[in-house]
Amino acid sequence: MRPTGEALSGWGGVSVPGREILSEDLSAASSGQPLTRGLGRAYGDAALPPPDRSTVAGSRLADRVLAFDSVSGRFKAEAGLSLRDMNALFLPRGWFTPVTPGTQFVTLGGMVAADVHGKNHHVAGTIGRHVNALTLRLASGETIRCSGDERADLFRATLGGMGLTGHILEVEMSLERVQSPWIESESVRIGDLEELLAALEESSRDWPFTAVWADLMAPMGRMGRGILFRGRWARAKDAPPEPPRQKRIFEVPVTAPNWLLASPLVRCFNWVNYRKHVPRQKSGIVHPDEFFYPLDSVGHWNRLYGKRGFTQYQCVLPRKAGRVAAREFLIALKRRGGNCYLAVIKDCGPEGDGILSFPRPGISLALDLPVGPGTQDLVDHLNERLIGYGGRIYLAKDAFTREPDFRAMEARLAHFLEVRRKYDPERRLHSALSVRLLGDRK
Amino acid sequence: MRVVILGATKGIGRAVGRSLAGRGDALVILGRDPEDLERSARDLEARKRGDDGNPVGTAFCDLADRSSFAPALSSALEQLGGIDVIVVTAGAFAPQADLEGDPALAERVLDTNFTATVLFLEAARKLLLSLGGGTICALSSVAGERGRKPVVLYGASKAGLTRYLEGLDHKFHDQGLTVVTVKPGFVRTGMTAGLPAPPFAGDPELVARDIVRAIDWGRAEIYTPWPWR
Repeated sequence: MRPTGEALSGWGGVSVPGREILSEDLSAASSGQPLTRGLGRAYGDAALPPPDRSTVAGSRLADRVLAFDSVSGRFKAEAGLSLRDMNALFLPRGWFTPVTPGTQFVTLGGMVAADVHGKNHHVAGTIGRHVNALTLRLASGETIRCSGDERADLFRATLGGMGLTGHILEVEMSLERVQSPWIESESVRIGDLEELLAALEESSRDWPFTAVWADLMAPMGRMGRGILFRGRWARAKDAPPEPPRQKRIFEVPVTAPNWLLASPLVRCFNWVNYRKHVPRQKSGIVHPDEFFYPLDSVGHWNRLYGKRGFTQYQCVLPRKAGRVAAREFLIALKRRGGNCYLAVIKDCGPEGDGILSFPRPGISLALDLPVGPGTQDLVDHLNERLIGYGGRIYLAKDAFTREPDFRAMEARLAHFLEVRRKYDPERRLHSALSVRLLGDRK
Repeated sequence: MRVVILGATKGIGRAVGRSLAGRGDALVILGRDPEDLERSARDLEARKRGDDGNPVGTAFCDLADRSSFAPALSSALEQLGGIDVIVVTAGAFAPQADLEGDPALAERVLDTNFTATVLFLEAARKLLLSLGGGTICALSSVAGERGRKPVVLYGASKAGLTRYLEGLDHKFHDQGLTVVTVKPGFVRTGMTAGLPAPPFAGDPELVARDIVRAIDWGRAEIYTPWPWR
């Protein structure tokens, strides 16, 4: 086990000096390390070492499946198993993760640490709802098991706890039986944001998977036009007889120059993307990768943003704030000069068990913004509004929120810190994110 | 195909095991840590094509303990009811500077990669010939091709292994023994973590695919990934 490389970065491009300690033996690799990192898909600094440390453990070589019951779907694996690997193994057999984020390039441990949600949050909740137990290596070095019945406080703090409660070594969860490995999909082009949000809410009543792509680069009058996507697992009789083959991935080989993804080009791309959706409503049986992971078809797509990188501002606006709040929020973003290259809107259901779990009933906005001199001010402004609405940000995406704002939007923080104090009083487990948002030592 | 693998719990060996399990081959894996072996066996069972329900067998074998070789191979034979292929991916690596500064470490690396591996393969060769023939596949390295400053000692140990495998092929090929010498270049595994990856560094899954193809085709020698030739 030796350190690798000299710099680590989040998916958005935030980079710090640091190296990964990689080994097939994650328990040994994580010994004495402040954090474990999976496939590095946290957009901001959640998987980066704190300033006082230069290494983190890397889990991706610890990727063994330890048990699978083909009757109940109960499944156990080492935390470094990637979702892509898991899907390739189990989807052809009729089993799928009950909750999937928008990329397959995440590890099981990372999914638990972020308590990920997917297009079906309104019916399936976060991944935490389907996790039966975890094996953790605590800051003390002790390896323990926790679940809803055993050390429940630690279990709940670990779901969405961004790796700050213990190194996640193993995950036990239940997979979902699917009727076929194909998706019955519908997409509808809608010209108005208000109508789009209403359609999203209505579709969520009948469809397990729903999401919206919105064009926020369009001129103010047409801003928020977009496409509603909805889907469900196809019935066996409607699906092709053979299982879907893993899709080929085209790599972006190098970091693009900053001018490549300039606003006019993105505006143009969005216009084409919207206009080419003809007829207005389309339906069909599609590959699950196409439906769940459209961006995965381009490897390292983050390089398209150039050296400046990008950030994703993902927040949830509570249901009580209403659709009007979402509209106001997006108009404020535009007025402040925020060029949102990609916007995804989702419907969120009830809050999960994770103490710091992100979703709550309402509307989730995920906004990709190229980083520039005004990004910090923009995020501060959006956070001010968000706090007013009673919403919160998603730690797996965040890179710019300030500590006072986070405290103001996160009433559950005291509870999380209390559990953390119990299991790691010296805060030996810490990250760049916990230094920024929780006041951990630098 | 009935395959025995020494070194399947980690790195390239793990990937070879998965590749073979994925197409339904019967496997017994050998190693020195029983718990680690069991975890890898469960992983390979989960990856078996068709979920045939047949367990992946395990047996204790430690390259540092010569007395473990024969019992391990006997156990594998008993569990599989016959053996077609024996694969050895186990080995040891340390950077040249570490080896120069620590004679005990140098001795361990030289012994593991050459003496112990050759003695294990001698036991494997005898067993396969007694069964009427079969395939031996062992991982040497491109580092054994010529003396280079960063891998003087490691390269020497692999050079010795390569020559042994070459001789084995010449001597026993006519008796039904196929010998596949694998010469990987830089492969991103736990063993090489921390070393700067050169151009054309490979991933274990792709290297494993080449190795399995070489076993199927009975190739005497392969370089993988191919640009390392």
